[in-house]
Amino acid sequence: MARTLSRARLRAAALTLPLLAFVGVTFIAPLGSMLVRSFHEPHVADALPQTLASLRAWDGASVPSEDTFRILATELRRLDQQRKLGGVATRINRLAGGMRSTIMDTARALRTAEPVSWRETLTATDPAWGDEAAWLAVRRAGERYTMRHYLNALDLDRDSSGNIVAQSPDRRIYLPLLLRTLGVSLAITFICLILGYPVAYLIANASPARANLLLLLVLVPFWTSLLVRTTSWIVLLQNQGVVNDLLVAAGIIGDDGRLALVYNMVGTLVAMTQVLLPFMILPLYAVMRSISPMYLRAASSLGATFWQGFVRVYWPQSLPGVAAGSLLVFILSIGYYITPALVGGRTGQLISNMIAYHMQESLNWGLAAALGVILLLAVMLLYLVYNRLVGIERMRLS
Amino acid sequence: MTGSHGDRNTPARSGRNVLLALLPPALAIWSAGCTTEGITVVSWGGSYEEACSKALFEPFSAETGIEVLVEDFNGGLAQVRAQVETGNVYWDVVDLEMADVVKGCDEGLLEVVDIDEFPSAPDGTAARDDYFAGTYSECGGGGLYASAIFAYNRETFPNKQPSKLEDFFDLAKFPGRRGMRRTPVANLELALMADGVPTDDVYAVLSTPEGVDRAFRKLDAIKAEVVWWETGAQPPQMLADQEVVMSTAFNGRIFNAQVLEGQPFTIVWDGQVLDYGQLAVVAGTPRLEAAKQFLLFASRVESMAAIGRYIAYSPTRRSGMSLISTHAETGVDMRPHMPSAPENLARALRNDPDWWTTHADEMTERFSAWLAR
Amino acid sequence: MRHATASFELGERLRRAVHLAVCGAVLVFLVAPMLVVIPLSFNAEPYFTFTEGMLRLDSDAYSMRWYRNVVEDSEWRLALVNSIVIGLAATAIATTLGVLAALGLANPAMPGRGFVTSLLISPMVTPIIISAAGMFFFYSKLGIAQTHLGVILAHAVFGTPFVVISVTATLVGFDHNLVRAGASLGGGPFLVFRRIQLPLIAPGVMSGALFAFAASFDEVVAVLFLGGLQQRTIPRQMWTGIREEISPEILAVATFLVMLALLLLGTVEWLRGRASAKPGEAD
Repeated sequence: MARTLSRARLRAAALTLPLLAFVGVTFIAPLGSMLVRSFHEPHVADALPQTLASLRAWDGASVPSEDTFRILATELRRLDQQRKLGGVATRINRLAGGMRSTIMDTARALRTAEPVSWRETLTATDPAWGDEAAWLAVRRAGERYTMRHYLNALDLDRDSSGNIVAQSPDRRIYLPLLLRTLGVSLAITFICLILGYPVAYLIANASPARANLLLLLVLVPFWTSLLVRTTSWIVLLQNQGVVNDLLVAAGIIGDDGRLALVYNMVGTLVAMTQVLLPFMILPLYAVMRSISPMYLRAASSLGATFWQGFVRVYWPQSLPGVAAGSLLVFILSIGYYITPALVGGRTGQLISNMIAYHMQESLNWGLAAALGVILLLAVMLLYLVYNRLVGIERMRLS
Repeated sequence: MTGSHGDRNTPARSGRNVLLALLPPALAIWSAGCTTEGITVVSWGGSYEEACSKALFEPFSAETGIEVLVEDFNGGLAQVRAQVETGNVYWDVVDLEMADVVKGCDEGLLEVVDIDEFPSAPDGTAARDDYFAGTYSECGGGGLYASAIFAYNRETFPNKQPSKLEDFFDLAKFPGRRGMRRTPVANLELALMADGVPTDDVYAVLSTPEGVDRAFRKLDAIKAEVVWWETGAQPPQMLADQEVVMSTAFNGRIFNAQVLEGQPFTIVWDGQVLDYGQLAVVAGTPRLEAAKQFLLFASRVESMAAIGRYIAYSPTRRSGMSLISTHAETGVDMRPHMPSAPENLARALRNDPDWWTTHADEMTERFSAWLAR
Repeated sequence: MRHATASFELGERLRRAVHLAVCGAVLVFLVAPMLVVIPLSFNAEPYFTFTEGMLRLDSDAYSMRWYRNVVEDSEWRLALVNSIVIGLAATAIATTLGVLAALGLANPAMPGRGFVTSLLISPMVTPIIISAAGMFFFYSKLGIAQTHLGVILAHAVFGTPFVVISVTATLVGFDHNLVRAGASLGGGPFLVFRRIQLPLIAPGVMSGALFAFAASFDEVVAVLFLGGLQQRTIPRQMWTGIREEISPEILAVATFLVMLALLLLGTVEWLRGRASAKPGEAD
């Protein structure tokens, strides 16, 4: 018996193995490689090995020795000849603004210079080399394993003695953006609940034929391309769009007082609410369908008004649906990218858009990865809660 | 999949099994076979790209038999750097702003080319001497002047119309939303000029922290009313839709909207930032020879001038100036529409690629932090 | 007392009326945006709003020109071919692997089911930007970025949760003694699968596959990160169009996609109808 059971276990597990392997290679491994990138930064370490070795013995409190200057100059020269200096300079520059020009100017000067004192030549090219800060930046950029992307993602920084301090105010953008993302997600979840609950209630208590028809209305947008729905909102909400035209025609606003409804936070909120609403209605409906109308009828026959019966009897029973729908909508909205990117303008951007910016434009991949890991942790946490509360097996698609 | 019973081994089913078994290798072959012969040239889309197609890409293919595939981008080195750093180069030639050519060259992202191989001017002047000072770099070929100006739709302002750069920053006099390119390049300069800095001092002022603060403060004043665009094709469209009352733009895009689509746009040349760009070959491309061939073709004076018959951008080689003539399709005289026309240069700032090469990273970081707030 | 009942009924009727009005408004909010796109795609003018001629139902104000433009444009044609090819290949992979896994998960003997399920479903809940960024790094290393294969693998893994979920749903309440009985009668595992389980799960397999196909057909972020010029899909073309210059051509494509959505939804609903006789069926 035990043997057949273990064989059955083996067979069941074997069936899931191909997909597990596939998900492992095509999905989990990529996430892993991103995780690694968030703390592994070998570029500068590989490019300036000797400089970094000689800086290891440096006290950090005074300008390094002539020897270190010589080693740095040699390595800069080599990188300049190999045309590899730009990438190194860019990375050091992220830790101390201005270092890019310092390094590039120095390398250009070194092309012709045959100095007696390396220290004098370098500090003459750019006085920054006479300041410990430049060397500290080089040393920190050379850390092969580093937490600095996480610090950066949380608007923190290290001061010259290595203590963690708050980022300078004009560079504090990620925490406010994270908070904005959470706030927007909460707002969307709440709006979806307010809008979705009555609809789910209507469908759950309608005759089967009508319920089917209403469900179809909910499912059509669910199946329609996200890009189509986003395009629709642009068409509806833009300055010369349908909504503004209607408001002008109705005399509510003047032709010169058209409302800015898209390419800002309003656009993000409206479009995301519409996109995510089916994810609220469907779980609510699934739960409400199993609540017998008898309870409400019983309550009303006992003399309770509809609202008393609703609050005391119906609402508590529908709570599992509320939890499932809200968690689902919240999970989906904190990672939302496409809709804010297309209709959010400057003010309607969320954390995902910042990750995309660092992936595609600033190419600060370490920071993008760190922001991604933070977002991923948040989503995983919520996913665990969802799994506990609702059960992943009960996730339904239609 | 229909679940009918008993069709144990119908021909259809075994045929399907065979198909399924063949799918992965077929896919592999097919995805390998999809890399078409030819080079991928990355350009800026819209009317500029159409001009380049007619004046440059098609004649090049006709002469050499090398097909040109065109992809769009919005400038910058990010995608080039991503390709070179991941060892996954699929772009061959990129049309870049000058500061990016210099920077990409420094960073080893672009192939070095020898200007002495470039075709000489019709009168025999070597290419090196024929280019205007500072308009070529170690990695660039071809080259055009294009400028950042601002323009408005005459229908939006039937009475009082903007006429100088200061008007762009004057919300009291000209209320309404403005379009600006989502980059610090040219915007910081425009802000300082509008704030009263003489053109000759702009980069000196920008080189001080106070100067940068001053530029951002000036931008702060209109920030709430700015719609940020990324693609050259957006400003004429936003103006036509009256989504904005005025917008910065590349002058050629506005010209094409005026001439080809009859849009009632006016360019304000006052305070223009005259910029120039070049084509460059991405380092490590597997199609190096074809890409270099293209670069040489694009560096001919005739090729540069040919583009100027479709869009108002002028050659960066001296011998090209005399070749500027009329618009190829409408016969409009191109000379007064070129950024380098004397009457358009009354107050003009020449973009300083060297300044931007060294400061682009800092300015871009600060700019995006400023935008995000 | 009678008075109280009357006012109670009045209140009740009012409540119902308000409820219906609210629901109507919400449903309009859900569906109307997509409907607005359809007439506008026939606009003869390049505007995104109803022209006066359109409101007068003037036939000159309507035109098929944007549809013609799309059909004649080689980029859109390539995008359509790519979307179909990538969608079909990804669906084939997702369906094959997803069905096997669902069979394993439905078996009561499956060890660590909760963990394995949540792992297999995770591609669906992970923010797409994170998945795409990770894939960009990893697939570049493997040399399959900027190939069809890379995009197909990405779309396949995004599609598998749909197959797993919908097939698992059809197996809820499935009596595994049937499998054992079949095996004890000498049927090999493949025969048992084909004769006993496949007929039961077929509707789930089909709707899972349709979901996976629809997901691939609508996916843009992985294509942005992993696809080059040769891997442009319809959503990718729309993305560029929306960000850069909204031409009414996009509305024509959007109308086509709405029709496609209706077709897919209709098919899934039809399958659901076929399967609804069985107990334990998903909604």
